[in-house]
Amino acid sequence: MKSAVIVFPGSNCDRDIAVALEDITGTPAKMVWHRETELPEVDLVVLPGGFSYGDYLRSGAMAAVSPIMRAVKAEADKGLAVLGICNGFQILTEAGMLPGALMRNRDLKFINRVITTRVETSQSIFTNKYAVGDVVAVPIANSDGNYFADEATLDTLESAGQIAFRYCDAEGRVTPEANPNGSIRNIAGLFNKTKTVLGYMPHPERVYDPLLGGTDGLRLFQSLVGALS
Amino acid sequence: MKVKVLVTLKPGVLDPQGTAIGHALGTLGFDGVRGVRQGKFIEVDLAETDPETARATVRSMCEKLLANTVIENYAIDPA
Repeated sequence: MKSAVIVFPGSNCDRDIAVALEDITGTPAKMVWHRETELPEVDLVVLPGGFSYGDYLRSGAMAAVSPIMRAVKAEADKGLAVLGICNGFQILTEAGMLPGALMRNRDLKFINRVITTRVETSQSIFTNKYAVGDVVAVPIANSDGNYFADEATLDTLESAGQIAFRYCDAEGRVTPEANPNGSIRNIAGLFNKTKTVLGYMPHPERVYDPLLGGTDGLRLFQSLVGALS
Repeated sequence: MKVKVLVTLKPGVLDPQGTAIGHALGTLGFDGVRGVRQGKFIEVDLAETDPETARATVRSMCEKLLANTVIENYAIDPA
């Protein structure tokens, strides 16, 4: 599986995901600067975590209109797999590639800790190595992780099976107490209509190796390798 | 000409910053604050001198970048 990581000014998890991808796939990821206008030939594009453009205006707003995003959108429309992690998820919503918006956390705090998310579907290129209901322990690190969409949009997302992950407790129960940031319907991860684009607020690339303190994120990448190689 | 843009959260969208400001005002002894909503002010200086054309341009700027219309409303001045 060949992959590219988009690097924006202010990205700070680009190296983490590149190391993870190389470890897992055996192929170094291509790093693509935001000013580029074309993508290399790859099977997966990752929009990494960080604070692109210093979160000016709104998190992800400036990155969403950077030159490379035009190419990312065009290729995603043709079916290229795109994974947006944390700031990458914010960029995907700002670019209109995923519905809704990510707003300031309910309690106004930057939250940096391991939380748990429940797998809502295994029928995707990103989640086929998980089972529905699996509890995935992953770290979050953000100020703007509070997902919002209007009720009609949410109902459409639910019925189309586009909700990928929800914040849950250690037993997999989706409760208000298990919701770290006020995300509507506990949404932590979301697919586009074709399930070829995933926005995920937590950081799976920080838990793919026991050395990092966890391996729950590994299966997400193994799912992609299985589906795209 | 200068065009002013006011970006505000849509009614019903949670505004934790506005709520926090409201609490702080209460702490300072300002009683009777029924609510606070926080927004953004943006001023764009355009070479364009025709007000109608300038407004149309800024409206397009709002739709594409200055506001996230999923959660925000915008108002343009002069309207």
